[in-house]
Amino acid sequence: MSSTTRAGSLRRQKRFSIAWRLTVGILAIAFALLPVIYIFSAAVNPASSIASRSIVPKGATFDHFRFILLNTEGNTPFLLWMRNSLFVSLTTSLLVVSITSFAAYAFSRFRFRGRQSLLKSILLAQVFPNILAIVALFLILRQLGQYYPVIGIDSLGGLILIYLGGAMGFNTWLMKGFFDSIPRDLDESAHMDGASSLQTFVYIILPLVRPILVVIFILTFIGTYGDYLLARVMLKDINNFTLAVGLSLFVSGRFSQNWGPFAAGALLAAIPTLILFYFVQDQLQSGLTVGAVKG
Amino acid sequence: MAAKTARKEGGPIGPLSSLADNLPALFLRLGFLALLDAWGIWLIYQLIFDGAGPLAAALGFVILFINIVFLRGSAMPMRWIAPGLAFMILLHIYPVLFTVYTAFTNYGDGHLIEKPLAVRQLESVQYLPEEGQIFQWTGFRTPDGQYALWLRAKDGTSYFAKPNEPFLTPDQVPGLGPLDEDGIPTSIEGYVRLQKKDIFRALADLQDMTFGPEVGSVQVKNTREAAQFQQRYVYDAAQDAMIDQKTGKIYRAVEGTFTADDGEILRPGFPTTVGFKNFVRIIKSPTIRGPFLLIFGWTFAYAFFSVLLTFALGLFLALTLNEDELPFRRTMRVLLIVPYALPAFISVLIWRGMFNPILGVIGTVWNPGWFTDPLWAKIGILIVNLWLGFPYMFLITTGALQAIPRDIYEAAVVDGASGFYQFWRITLPLLLISVGPLLVGSFAFNFNNFTIIDLYNKGGPPISGTPTPAGHTDILISYTYRLAFAGGRGADYGLAAAIAILIFIIVAAITLFNFRYTGMLEELSENV
Repeated sequence: MSSTTRAGSLRRQKRFSIAWRLTVGILAIAFALLPVIYIFSAAVNPASSIASRSIVPKGATFDHFRFILLNTEGNTPFLLWMRNSLFVSLTTSLLVVSITSFAAYAFSRFRFRGRQSLLKSILLAQVFPNILAIVALFLILRQLGQYYPVIGIDSLGGLILIYLGGAMGFNTWLMKGFFDSIPRDLDESAHMDGASSLQTFVYIILPLVRPILVVIFILTFIGTYGDYLLARVMLKDINNFTLAVGLSLFVSGRFSQNWGPFAAGALLAAIPTLILFYFVQDQLQSGLTVGAVKG
Repeated sequence: MAAKTARKEGGPIGPLSSLADNLPALFLRLGFLALLDAWGIWLIYQLIFDGAGPLAAALGFVILFINIVFLRGSAMPMRWIAPGLAFMILLHIYPVLFTVYTAFTNYGDGHLIEKPLAVRQLESVQYLPEEGQIFQWTGFRTPDGQYALWLRAKDGTSYFAKPNEPFLTPDQVPGLGPLDEDGIPTSIEGYVRLQKKDIFRALADLQDMTFGPEVGSVQVKNTREAAQFQQRYVYDAAQDAMIDQKTGKIYRAVEGTFTADDGEILRPGFPTTVGFKNFVRIIKSPTIRGPFLLIFGWTFAYAFFSVLLTFALGLFLALTLNEDELPFRRTMRVLLIVPYALPAFISVLIWRGMFNPILGVIGTVWNPGWFTDPLWAKIGILIVNLWLGFPYMFLITTGALQAIPRDIYEAAVVDGASGFYQFWRITLPLLLISVGPLLVGSFAFNFNNFTIIDLYNKGGPPISGTPTPAGHTDILISYTYRLAFAGGRGADYGLAAAIAILIFIIVAAITLFNFRYTGMLEELSENV
């Protein structure tokens, strides 16, 4: 008799525990999704300016999407910004992955004098984030732009160049760790069959380290796509803006007029990282991406 | 077999030993190096000519490095690392060193172009001397209205002068007609000689023009005479001064500005080293020190509270949802990560819209001054950053919680430990061991989190009573940015770099502590 009541109270306790955990979870999700829902409703709300106070809009419309996508002249070349952002992020990520995988291969497979101290130096250089040298970077691009406008101030090429400057560091270190986990017997047998180092690298190692290549690619992409500071300083012309610079200048100071189109643009701009994020969420949980702090 | 091993170990396979089997590759490599060197030497020459010596040196260093690596067989492994290192040296290490150098200069508005360029600009300034070379002139005009002058000096020599072109001697002038009794050509091919009656009409036009080369050009003074300009400032290397040819005044180079004894200065100036002046300004100048200290304190407070709040909420949610029987657990986790997956520049702008007092879902209902009140603007930023950052903390603490062995808790329960005691004495300490370095990393990241500060309110509301563009929510990095790039009050790269160095030191200390704590560097040594 008494044991059943105790079991009952335990069950009740359990149910209570589940109930409050669910409540907390739902409240947290509400907090997490509030801005997202808000921007959704603003994007389809026919009123562009005020009166976004009601979360559920009266009569949804795609006008804001049409505006942001089709209004090419004027001050919102959104598609151009999107193209610039994708171009810069894709190029940077591809180059970063190739540069660092070459370096990581050498650090993992060759034995040479100064190997350790070089690896340490590369890691230590990361201690000084290059965004702090932003004045110097600006002056370098200004100087180079005098001879080659394509890598000067206000050029996507110059921006990519700067991103590449910060490429080594943690990326090489992360990659080298992964390369080390591939047994060296594989290289050795390839060498015995007469493969050169380059052939071994391309045909044997690269396919095996694909997971880390993908992770570095995606993290670099997300980081570059979301960069605001460097792009803000280096880019001047509205047609050269990336999304981060373009959208922020588009909406800042003119919230009341541009809020609807901005909301539509923000949703579209979020798509690339949302997709990529889906692929790395498991790696984020493991220790693989120690350096990749965002928030 | 032995040879193969040697190759893999980075042994002696220079250009010579691989000649036999690798001739095309060798030529490719040498051709590539030749192209790189030719281009590099040209660029270095340009840079030195324009006074950008340090950048030229860095570029020279990198090109030399690449040459050595690709020519020496024993440096073979370095060839794989060279591309990354080249970028790193040129666009990371060199800029950092250059920032250190800039902090000790007066680089900024009024001191923007290098000294050789500044001197060249000043040397192109001209003046009309009282007693200079005087010419008798005769005007010529093309049918479409271009003027040219026939000039006769006192000694009888003649020149033909078009605007912005060097003087021509008579035998260099194409289509020169016969000379009249005054030695003036009666005709020049393509031109019509101006007659007396035309001269007065043309005089107004002619007096606004200069003829001949850029320096030493000639201008019409009256209907008969033209005078030659002279270069006004001449650089005297011995005194390191510009000498005014008109007045004889000497402008000596003092801290990047050519300054006369009476204090008059010439523009433009040029960058030069000023010692610790920028750092002294931060410490001593009351109008800079006041806002700097405010910003300095807020930077630490902001980074600290950001980590504390995001970690607290993330951990709380991780503990709450870490229950096997909870329904929809996986769905809830995915939804909670959404803020982390959105690019921060979008999220911050959305929050800014929500706080907006006219249209925002929060700002219209409750507006204590989200953008105008110094305290509430800071609170707003912390709320936004809490939203941005808690999913990351939730992710890493969830992972770390699952790694804590369950039997520790069972033992604790047997010993009669309460739930709170378990958390405080077991969960939290064990958790901090594994996520501690990530928290430090998050602190360092937020220390330089420019995106949220600038997009939320551009660092505002502004701090009053300071000559520098400082705001109440500015952190050091955004203050640096405003000093250097946000126009209006003039760029001050020197001061910006000095503050950047202070951030360097702080962030480096944090990160090095973290490396030591996690044994990242030691791990490297062990994994040989």
